[in-house]
Amino acid sequence: MEVRANTALHVTLTINGVERKASIEPCVTLLDLLREKFDLTGTKKGCDHGQCGACTVLINGKRINSCLVLAVSRDGSEITTIEGIGTANELHPLQDAFVRHDALQCGYCTPGQICSAIGLISEGKAKTRDEIREAMSGNLCRCGAYIGIVDAIEEVIAAPRRKTVR
Amino acid sequence: MRRFEYLRAASIDQAIERLSFDPGAKLLAGGTNLVDLMKYDVACPTTIIDINDLPLGDIKETSDGGLRIGALVTNSDLAFHPVIENRYPLLASAILAGASAQLRNAATVAGNLLQRTRCSYFYDVMTPCNKRTPGSGCPARNGLNRNHAILGASQDCVATHPSDMCVALAAIGTMIVVQGPNGARSISLADFHRLPGDTPEQDTTLRNNEIILGIELPPAPEFQRYSYLKIRDRLSYAFALVSAAALLTIDDGVISTAHVALGGVAHKPWRDTAAEVVLVGRPASRGNFHQFASMLLSRSEALSQNGFKIELARRTVVRALEQAASRTPQSQSDKRVH
Ligand SMILES: Cc1cc2nc3c(=O)[nH]c(=O)nc-3n(C[C@H](O)[C@H](O)[C@H](O)COP(=O)(O)OP(=O)(O)OC[C@H]3O[C@@H](n4cnc5c(N)ncnc54)[C@H](O)[C@@H]3O)c2cc1C
Ligand code: FES
Ligand code: FES
Repeated sequence: MEVRANTALHVTLTINGVERKASIEPCVTLLDLLREKFDLTGTKKGCDHGQCGACTVLINGKRINSCLVLAVSRDGSEITTIEGIGTANELHPLQDAFVRHDALQCGYCTPGQICSAIGLISEGKAKTRDEIREAMSGNLCRCGAYIGIVDAIEEVIAAPRRKTVR
Repeated sequence: MRRFEYLRAASIDQAIERLSFDPGAKLLAGGTNLVDLMKYDVACPTTIIDINDLPLGDIKETSDGGLRIGALVTNSDLAFHPVIENRYPLLASAILAGASAQLRNAATVAGNLLQRTRCSYFYDVMTPCNKRTPGSGCPARNGLNRNHAILGASQDCVATHPSDMCVALAAIGTMIVVQGPNGARSISLADFHRLPGDTPEQDTTLRNNEIILGIELPPAPEFQRYSYLKIRDRLSYAFALVSAAALLTIDDGVISTAHVALGGVAHKPWRDTAAEVVLVGRPASRGNFHQFASMLLSRSEALSQNGFKIELARRTVVRALEQAASRTPQSQSDKRVH
């Protein structure tokens, strides 16, 4: 067994296409690594207990709550955060749809909503409004922008504008 | 979170060996329960053995026509596996009724089996709890117990097992395959989770130095009717107050097999095979379902705040059986209960 010490362990992650290395304690969550070490503060901490979805990122393409992931356990993974999704000049279709459908107010839940919706679309299971609502239930929005959020996702599933959804 | 040593197991034997000599060690799968409990200091492992490199991620048909599912298969991959969707739709439905898409993407079969109760006293290290700190007392018995057990509870513990997946596995009849220092053994799901008695700190009959390798499902009978009905305070992303998993086979209106398990009501998924026998050979009628539900709940006992769960459980069982009988299983996205 590869015994690793209690203190600093090395992790290598590919984050938004860029290889990043860090030396961290094993108790550091992926969420804290992203925010505190890599300064990728787009991913938000809401509850820190898997109950709100604000911390949702894509790990190897799958949406996961980064607050419940020990970063060392995902050594070698590919991570996509909101910083890797679209740019101010070229929005991802979901970002574009969120803007047009007023799918946010304070915006705190939005990075998690977008990452979650990208995961939802690539899973390819949710099609109807009820199915989208259920499949997005892991993302809470304190501002109650749910109707706009579902409208935006429904539209992108039906007819992705601009570039194709990855 | 307390500090701990982190190891990555390269083989099953290595994980077992470490568990055998290190009583403070815990296995890490998806982490969605263990990491959460560590943040509350409810779980304080001194060593974390990460098992995610172990070859326990397969789903294979067994020679008898059943299915062997590896311990590390995620809840999402299991629910969306074509064989599960087609032959074990009750299991797919129950998994999709639980947690959220993100959590199911991380959560594993073994982690789900071993998830711990959501009793608020268990989670709060400032309060006594016999499950967390044996001998300290059970404040839930006379405290906040609205969500707690109505069946099989003890003086020492009234906690419930929170899993949805396990309720379906109980109805299907599942074997848990585990391995320890002396080799492998199989435990039936009915004997895997236990009642609290005077040792509520033990959720299951798994030994400290054993690892779950996977589960085995029996062959799925053809033409089975099913429904998983979960009743909760909000329609999604909440634990069950009561849930029922129903499996029926009906020939010419007469029931030939009936398997029913309840969730949210006891320290383990609740099933009473003696009561099920009563349904066999009788018409699939509402009256018979009512009679069965009364038998199933005949030994239920209310605490100060959860008396409503007895009637709720009765109605949930009847409705789930009706949904199964009429081939209109509860949808997990359209939440109207028909
Ligand atoms: C907000 C929230 C809501 C939830 N809602 C629901 C719900 O509605 N319904 C529901 O059913 N569940 C729900 N869950 C619980 C979720 O299903 C569990 O957290 C998950 O199934 C645990 O799996 P895991 O792989 O992440 O386990 P881990 O956290 O990795 O491990 C859990 C336990 O299992 C042990 N373990 C893991 N693998 C093995 C193995 N192979 N052999 C021996 N021991 C092992 C670990 O040591 C640990 O003690 C919810 C969780 C959260 C955080
Ligand atoms: S911060 Fe991770 S789910 Fe709330
Ligand atoms: S926009 Fe404020 S929390 Fe969702």
